[in-house]
Amino acid sequence: MPEVIGSDTIAKRAGESLALSRAGGDLLVLAHIYTATLVLGIGALFGMLQGFSRANLIVMPPSFDYYRMLTAHGVLMALVFTTFFITGLFTYAVYRSIPRDRSPRLGWIGYCVMLIGTVMASVAILDGSASVLYTFYAPLKASPLFYFGATFLVLGTWVVAADLFLNVAWFKRAVPGARIPLPAFMATCTMIMWIIATLGVVAEMGLLIPWSLGWTNGIDVGLTRMFFWYFGHPLVYFWIMGAYMIWYAVVPTTYKGTIFSDALTRLAFVMLLLLSTPVGLHHQFLDPGIGAGWKWLHMMTTYGVVIPSFMTAFVLFASFELAARKAGVRGFPNIVRWLPWKDPVFAGPALGMILFIFGGFGGIVNSSYSMDVLVHNTMWIVGHFHITVGGPVALTFIGAAYGLIPALTGRKLFAPKLALVQVYTWFGGMAIMSIAMHWAGLLGSPRRTADVSYFGAQGAATWHTQMLWAAFGGAIVAVSVLMFIIVATGTYVANQRSEETPQFEFAPARTGDDATSTPPALDRLGRWGLLAIALAVLAYAGPVAQQIQAHAYLAPGMRTW
Amino acid sequence: MHVHQQERLWLAAGLAMLVLFAAVITTSAVVDGFVPPSRIQSIDPTKVAQTPPFDHPGLRKIADGAYEAYYVARVFSFSPAEIRVPAGSRVTFYVTSTDVEHGFSIPETGVNTMVTPGWVSSVSHTFKQRGTFLLVCNEYCGAGHHLMAAKVTVE
Repeated sequence: MPEVIGSDTIAKRAGESLALSRAGGDLLVLAHIYTATLVLGIGALFGMLQGFSRANLIVMPPSFDYYRMLTAHGVLMALVFTTFFITGLFTYAVYRSIPRDRSPRLGWIGYCVMLIGTVMASVAILDGSASVLYTFYAPLKASPLFYFGATFLVLGTWVVAADLFLNVAWFKRAVPGARIPLPAFMATCTMIMWIIATLGVVAEMGLLIPWSLGWTNGIDVGLTRMFFWYFGHPLVYFWIMGAYMIWYAVVPTTYKGTIFSDALTRLAFVMLLLLSTPVGLHHQFLDPGIGAGWKWLHMMTTYGVVIPSFMTAFVLFASFELAARKAGVRGFPNIVRWLPWKDPVFAGPALGMILFIFGGFGGIVNSSYSMDVLVHNTMWIVGHFHITVGGPVALTFIGAAYGLIPALTGRKLFAPKLALVQVYTWFGGMAIMSIAMHWAGLLGSPRRTADVSYFGAQGAATWHTQMLWAAFGGAIVAVSVLMFIIVATGTYVANQRSEETPQFEFAPARTGDDATSTPPALDRLGRWGLLAIALAVLAYAGPVAQQIQAHAYLAPGMRTW
Repeated sequence: MHVHQQERLWLAAGLAMLVLFAAVITTSAVVDGFVPPSRIQSIDPTKVAQTPPFDHPGLRKIADGAYEAYYVARVFSFSPAEIRVPAGSRVTFYVTSTDVEHGFSIPETGVNTMVTPGWVSSVSHTFKQRGTFLLVCNEYCGAGHHLMAAKVTVE
């Protein structure tokens, strides 16, 4: 049975110096985290203005209209903020759990390519030549700069992934027979999923770029939509798996606990890898040109995520209970009270977990074949992704940043009380905003719409109250983001050295009699990746063939904004 | 691999939930026809104005209490802008786009479908309640997206 060993043992066996191995990557990870922080700040400002605009509290000038702002908000939050944070976190996870005297050069190249892509796409959005929203549905035609930027952002993540994979490969050679350390395993598994998923968006760019340059005359609209949603749902799991890494492996360190089960953690990640791609059609339930049978199949595979989700919930709460019992605390209310709610590194992710329960309920509605028709493209969906990526995922990343930034800079967290207030205000603001959005959606209020008054139409009058609540919640979140930026940058600027270096560690997995042993097959990530590709092909070959076969029309590009 | 007894029970509960959802949704699809709009019919968007029946968009009575409504969606309007049907009518909507992606939604009814250029979308609904319903485009289609709406009056 291969053993699970700590990083100091790995370092000793491989003849590497632990301290030396850490210095190399810290600045790189810090660059990712601060980039994500900056992007979050800009995105939140746009988000707040959108809330005000939809509630008819302000009117955006034609020179910077609602849809341009919405594109910026969606792209910066969903695609840029999350991606930079996750690639930074994974780089940290792999570098720390696989100690080695390394050069982070490849990691830096990846970061720079991502950054160049982000700047290109941002310029295109801000100058108004790419108001196509973050889904960039053809035949809306943005400037080539936007598509090139998005492509570079993705290619940059591939370079980061290559760096991580090379480190894991080095580990397998240097320490034969040992298990891949759990944090490195989670990062590698997720990046394999990400590469399989982003192949879809790169394929879509292969159609969009020549078309936007004028080299081709038309584009298959249905096919590009299908490529986008082939990528669009794994994108969601990419965010979730980044948050799961912190939930599983970092949160237990805040109460001196352990990970309940190494094996189940690995199994949950492998299941998410397999279930990430054969599900995308549930975003296209209401699309013409796709057979109802294929949609049914994708609904079933979507529901499969119930299993890793339930496993995760069990493992997280079992970790809480085991640690509490060890400390002599028993009973549900006592355990809840015992948890470190005053530590933002715990409170951020834990509040996120609470929101995620409701996000899960909503997700069951969205992915239901029959109920989706009631909520599709309404504000309900906007509420759903704010209570998932805007709640659990972002709050978890922010909580983790409060641990990561001090660990990477060797400085004390600036204004820790403000950090604590920040996570609770985010939770409250996001809850108010998301509930209001869900509610408006149930009343039929459409999403992605600058003004929902519809010339005073009767049906539209009922939507206004919820939009006011959403604007109110959104303003709270924006203030919360400002607090986060003050703490994050203040930590660096104030430069308060602490006597002992702050740490951001990954918890060990539980050992002992009833700890589950980890089957070595789980570590064969290459094979799981191949299986994931096979499932994606099975789920998509039919619908893609249907698109290509039934449909010869190629649309010219249009700029309708 | 050993899995804790309580976790087995918990996962079994999750699995049971999954089976229940799948059974309910599949039954309602097969028995009651609750299937999302999935029409597969292609059309050339550049020739919509010449393609019957979309060359004359509007309402057609096909039997007592049964109608077909043909809509053309284009930035930033629907044609026809208004239809009138008697209460209790079953209306089957056929919609296509001449330009970009649109949405076709009558809030607070089950009428909701994407409208993709190159395809004909279809969805049916029985209007039991009297009143004027708002029909909106619920997919971003450009600068005037929020102005794209029509009316369905049930008399």
